[in-house]
Amino acid sequence: MKKLIPIVACLYVGLVIVVPALNVVAGAFAKGLGPFIENFGSEDLRHAVLLTLLMTAIAVPANTIFGLAAAVAIARKQFPGKALLLSIIDLPFSISPVVVGLMLVLLYSPNHGLFGSVVSDLHWKIIFSWPGMALATIIVTFPFMAREVIPLLEEEGWEQEEAARTLGATSWQVFWKVTLPSVRWAALYGLILTTGRALGEFGAVAVVSGNISGETQTLPLFIEDAYKQYNTELAYGAAMVLGGVAIFSLFSRLLLERFLTSRNSP
Amino acid sequence: MVPIGVPLPRGLALPPLPSWPWRITWAYLGLVLFLPIGGMALKAAHVGPSQFWALATTPEALATYKISFGLAFVAALINGFFGLIIAWALVRTQFPGKRILSALIDLPFALPTAVAGLALSAVYSSNGWIGAPLLAMFGIKVSFTWLGVAVAMIFISLPFVVRSVEPVLEALEVDQEEAAWCLGANRSQTLFRVVLPQLSPAILSGIAQGYSRAVGEYGSVVMISSNVPFRDLITPTLIIQKLEEFDFDGATVIGMVMLIFSLLSLVVINGIQVWGRNWEANPSKS
Repeated sequence: MKKLIPIVACLYVGLVIVVPALNVVAGAFAKGLGPFIENFGSEDLRHAVLLTLLMTAIAVPANTIFGLAAAVAIARKQFPGKALLLSIIDLPFSISPVVVGLMLVLLYSPNHGLFGSVVSDLHWKIIFSWPGMALATIIVTFPFMAREVIPLLEEEGWEQEEAARTLGATSWQVFWKVTLPSVRWAALYGLILTTGRALGEFGAVAVVSGNISGETQTLPLFIEDAYKQYNTELAYGAAMVLGGVAIFSLFSRLLLERFLTSRNSP
Repeated sequence: MVPIGVPLPRGLALPPLPSWPWRITWAYLGLVLFLPIGGMALKAAHVGPSQFWALATTPEALATYKISFGLAFVAALINGFFGLIIAWALVRTQFPGKRILSALIDLPFALPTAVAGLALSAVYSSNGWIGAPLLAMFGIKVSFTWLGVAVAMIFISLPFVVRSVEPVLEALEVDQEEAAWCLGANRSQTLFRVVLPQLSPAILSGIAQGYSRAVGEYGSVVMISSNVPFRDLITPTLIIQKLEEFDFDGATVIGMVMLIFSLLSLVVINGIQVWGRNWEANPSKS
């Protein structure tokens, strides 16, 4: 019994997680390194990589500002409805990404959206274009930062900020010199999580983007498209890149965690 | 997950905060959360109650609910069972490779869903590493059937139970089990009367979180499913199909059904977590 439990655990994780993950690696390098690198000559793939990076470059800073602002505003205050507000911030985790995309279409689609007439009068292109995709990425990833920073700020207490204030610091100075340094590790952790999710977001972006290859196709959409068109090697190559980034972020998180626990308990 | 909302000690004087963090918070939440949700609710209200009901309960929609909500439930239960075993292995046993196992548990959180979908679909296809032996030995096809949908849902919801049970199991004291042993309880009595009751809030909360995630999952499922209505079409894919057919009312109504489900599951998960905290504080009363 005692020996059986780890074996069952490893078997299950092996079947569900390890074998599929190894399969991507094997598929990507099935014909050796040469074809794997040749894949990146594909114009559409390069465009997809750039667009994915652009979406991440918009979503991550925006969500970082929100996450820090929300943490400073919420963490150390007691007010009725605080638990509710925290649950509301968590909402994007439980809403299906497809529904997130649908909500944006219903707002900004020129013909069917609530703001359709405004959008078309201003000649904005939000749906089937990068602003909508960036917005979708932002919605799906914004809770991470706030979630990581809020618990830490709640533990820290006010003393240092109060001291800085009595010594004449402005609230901006207090934030930069006291609050932000005290939560920097949690913020870094939140940053890694936000980036990982933003790079890989699929459902919400799929609905909003229209999935036009070479135009509004991000890397995850490219993988699905290539796979559906039996362009398996290309799909595996792209999946290898995206999966590699995910595994890299997973390990940097683990290293960060270990570094933090060893620092806290010397 | 770290519980948030721990109360501050009473009587601690809070200096007045600058108002701009609040302004940013509300403006941002308004723009990216309240406005889209409100917009969809408004659109759904426009449809009218009788039409709403009709569109929400078309045979096609009902079939997808059965697959999405039903299979996700099965997946969550399977992970409830195996999640407990994995958590137990991680906390209570020693074996080589334990660190690696622990790191691997987080992979479904970290791996983009499109990559997961590609990997699962290929491995469980009829000529894949696992799919081929399954087909040869039992005649079971996994990829591009409802079984594949279940596999993707299992993958995506695997970490939740493990990660919610782990800390509770770590905090659990072995003394109680030893006491039960000394008083003559056998193995299964100790497990079912002493250990499992204390873990049950964590297990339930993990199952509920995994369930909610699996119901809404799109990326990995769409790649392993054949997306045929009444066979393995999930609700999120139906929404996308409705949008592609320019059936905006239909998409809105079904999206609203999913949104209401998400809100309900959030309430239930919070309820379970509050119950769990009360349980920890005073196990005999709750």
